Amino acid sequence: MNKKFGIKEVVAMGIGTALFVVLTNVQIPLVIVPNTALQPRMAVLAFFSAIFGPIVGGVVGFLGHALGDALFYGSVWWSWVFPEAVVGVAIGLFVKKYGVEEGKFADAKTIIFFNVVQVVANAVAWIVVAPVLDILVYQEPANKVFIQGAFAFLGDIIIIGILGSLLLAAYSRIAGKSSNLKVED
Amino acid sequence: MSKMISYEKKNTPIHKLSGFTKLVFFLLWCFCSALTFDTRILLVMVVLGAIIYIVSGIKWKQVSGVFLAVMFFMVINLTCIFFFAPYQGCQIYGTRNEICHLFGGYTLTREQLFYEFNVFIKYFTVIPSVFIFLVTTDPSELAASMNGVRIPYTVSYAVEIALRYIPDIQDEFHRIRNAQEARGIEMSSKGKLMDRIKNTSAIIFPLLFSTMERIDVVSNAMELRGFGKHGRRTWYRKKDLTAGDIAVLAFIIIFFVASMIITFHDGNRFYNPFI
Repeated sequence: MNKKFGIKEVVAMGIGTALFVVLTNVQIPLVIVPNTALQPRMAVLAFFSAIFGPIVGGVVGFLGHALGDALFYGSVWWSWVFPEAVVGVAIGLFVKKYGVEEGKFADAKTIIFFNVVQVVANAVAWIVVAPVLDILVYQEPANKVFIQGAFAFLGDIIIIGILGSLLLAAYSRIAGKSSNLKVED
Repeated sequence: MSKMISYEKKNTPIHKLSGFTKLVFFLLWCFCSALTFDTRILLVMVVLGAIIYIVSGIKWKQVSGVFLAVMFFMVINLTCIFFFAPYQGCQIYGTRNEICHLFGGYTLTREQLFYEFNVFIKYFTVIPSVFIFLVTTDPSELAASMNGVRIPYTVSYAVEIALRYIPDIQDEFHRIRNAQEARGIEMSSKGKLMDRIKNTSAIIFPLLFSTMERIDVVSNAMELRGFGKHGRRTWYRKKDLTAGDIAVLAFIIIFFVASMIITFHDGNRFYNPFI
């Protein structure tokens, strides 16, 4: 097994998925549009993608959404499972740039970069992929799914923007400090 | 927090099937239900699903909470479809048989009712399959049987870890929430949006950091035991595919292909009773 995909990634995929599933039910409702609310689990997804990369992010999004839907809502809405993976993969693609584990996720430039990436990723996922799949697979009315998609997009960029950035910055501060020792003169 | 569905050990023909068989059945069944709008196929699936549900001996009590939640979302979804697109059905079936005028620009048509009926029974094709899969599949056995059909064991292991740790993390979630509530942090639906984000993060922060720690502990333990050193590994709960598994797999593949042919042979996914 190569070093890039080690034991830690396997465990992160598993436990990240479990955390995502548990947080399925923690929602902050926005407006009465079915299935759209501020979902703190999205911040967790962004967190895992930004630390462990696109494969872990994609799997946590895909498996987590499918399992979470199944366990809590008893049915799986596949056209919304795939976009979740899209978000995870897209944010994870730039994992090197964030440098969370090296403690670089602190300055404004990195945080803004992260937020640009997440907004683009969410736009692709919820304004393009999800509604198109809804129409292709489930033949739902176009205006309904685009409105749902737009709300999901808004909710996700808010929660990832605020909570996701905070979580990453806080973790970066802790993880970046390798020790308290200083070199003596 | 609603109750979650979980695996329960029993001795029924469904429980005896290999986890892999049930996974394939579940996925093909879901895709079939998603892709077809042929009412006849959907009705056959509802009946089959109900029969398998009864055979699997699932207790109603175990799934009723989740079932009610699905019903709730279904009603909202069906209502929304009607309000956003009252003539979606007419567009799909190409005819318009009005039943009565409701109000404003909304007229009830038979096509719309039939279209929404299709969406409605689609829920009832998927729900039993989800319940059956989750209640009758042992996570460890599922991972073992996934690896048995040449899926890399790292992937099988990730799936197993996910299923294994959901209850643990849920416990942790409850502990942290209770602790934060004891400190006077409001968790209910009162309060402004920003306050609620802040209060929610009072749970997410400790939960996420303890999860990161857990990842370290588990991956260190696995590394110490030499996980990933060899290309293959053996499984405690491994079961070989039996004749019953092969029969079920053959059935679901034939069923899937057949329903795709019936659905798409006339170039239209809908069964149209209006012509």
